Amino acid sequence: MARSVTNRRKTINTMLAWAVGLLIFFPILWTILTSFKTEGEAIADPPVFLFFNWTLENYSIVQERSDYMRYLTNSIFIAGGSTLLGIIIAVPAAWSMAFVPSKRTKDILMWMLSTKMLPAVGVLYPIYLLFIQLGLLDSRMGLVVVLMLINLPIIIWMLYTYFKEIPGEILEAARMDGATLREEIIYILTPMAIPGIASTILLNVILAWNEAFWTLNLTAAKAAPLTAFIASYSSPEGLFYAKLSAASTMAIAPILILGWFSQKQLVRGLTFGAVK
Amino acid sequence: MATQHSRSAARFMMAPAVILLLGWMLVPLVMTLYFSFKKYLPLRGGDLGWVGFENYVRFVTSSSFWPSVYTTLIIVGGVLAITICLGIVLALLLDQPMWGQGIVRILVIAPFFVMPTVSALVWKNMFMDPNYGLFAYLWKFFGAEPIQWMSQASIQSIIMIVSWQWLPFATLILLTAIQSLDGEQLEASEMDGASALKRFWYIILPHLARAITVVLLIQTIFLLSIFAEIFVTTGGAFGSKTLSYLIFQRVLESQNIGLGSAGGVYAIILANIVAIFLMRIVGKNLDN
Repeated sequence: MARSVTNRRKTINTMLAWAVGLLIFFPILWTILTSFKTEGEAIADPPVFLFFNWTLENYSIVQERSDYMRYLTNSIFIAGGSTLLGIIIAVPAAWSMAFVPSKRTKDILMWMLSTKMLPAVGVLYPIYLLFIQLGLLDSRMGLVVVLMLINLPIIIWMLYTYFKEIPGEILEAARMDGATLREEIIYILTPMAIPGIASTILLNVILAWNEAFWTLNLTAAKAAPLTAFIASYSSPEGLFYAKLSAASTMAIAPILILGWFSQKQLVRGLTFGAVK
Repeated sequence: MATQHSRSAARFMMAPAVILLLGWMLVPLVMTLYFSFKKYLPLRGGDLGWVGFENYVRFVTSSSFWPSVYTTLIIVGGVLAITICLGIVLALLLDQPMWGQGIVRILVIAPFFVMPTVSALVWKNMFMDPNYGLFAYLWKFFGAEPIQWMSQASIQSIIMIVSWQWLPFATLILLTAIQSLDGEQLEASEMDGASALKRFWYIILPHLARAITVVLLIQTIFLLSIFAEIFVTTGGAFGSKTLSYLIFQRVLESQNIGLGSAGGVYAIILANIVAIFLMRIVGKNLDN
């Protein structure tokens, strides 16, 4: 008796949750479907859902017309480069704060977090001006540096929380055995820290990939990543729904897949450990 | 147990991050402050000297200031209300036993990974377009006149788009918090005959209070500076200009750097007020 009741409840829950899930996912699904339609079918009245002539032509047209590959390369370079640079700078800092904490460690961590709260628009012109002076406007290197800096607090925080979980006894044992600081880092800490570093990289690639304030304001033609590529569809080309959909699908697909792997890390990374 | 040697090594390892962030914070901040006290028009005469607090006064007395504050409050408040209320409902739903929970979770989280320019454009064109958008078909299907979303309901449209993007974030964090709830306490209260509503009100909601606060604060900081969603939909027209979008226009579109910088200082102060509360919560957690 009890069992049948729970099963019935489970069925209702399942149906409800799937309905809501599909509703929330629908805009993405619709975009993906539309990318395989012809322009005529994309605006058909009534709208067609699945039964249309599936075609790949939008993808080849988008690639030919707007040089999708160049934007993609820029996105990969900027997201990858800023994350890599951030990790190189953050690992030693997070390591020292986690394993050699001092009285000021907490204050430093909090202060780093506070730099993340600075509204971008408040410092837009200074950065813009510095970029012109340094010849960094519309350069990939410039964006790598800026995105690295805006995500550095998150990278350090995430790494710090992961490093904190590594038991200190292991390090002391290694020190007893006469391991130098360098050996300690290379042979003991690094292997244990790799999962944490990997999730940090994943989340930060996602954040950098989707960043749409600095990438729109500091690039023109040369260094523009996919965010700017899509923004260029805002008018009047946006009315070609099938092509807009193909371009959108190509811009979000890589990160959607990465994102699904990182959903657990998302909470840790974005709440700075305040919710566990 | 750290030796003097490892202490200095630690300081050395921290130095690059600290110096970079210090520079990233101070240099632009000092420059913004500097420009905010100047009449500075790069395209119309350049640096025209010190003007004291004139920019600060002009920024708040200009006719677009109060409407932009109003728009900002409506958008931030609207998105917070929608994402937190729906987020609680969704988190409660996803916490229930069901088949295919992992897949549903993925479906719900997906919008968070869509880049802002894509979600704004897809919603604007494929859903809210008054001629060919899906909403137009839906409205016509029920015999109603399609809405000119971007011009007649610009603020509502932006709230909808941004809520869709942030609902996954709220849901995910609230779900994490619900899952850490002590199941025995709930069972005990059920045995004692507490109704579902009472259990929610007296046990679940207080348990979620902290997570809700965190969601509220983090989202506020991000929402105060939404940009792409306005940039590619209305471009700030039809009363959808937020405070940060107004500053962006002053700085890059009309190239009035002094005025824009004064606005920037206001935005920084505003964000810091929110940040103080967030930092308090995060800091408390760090002590445990």
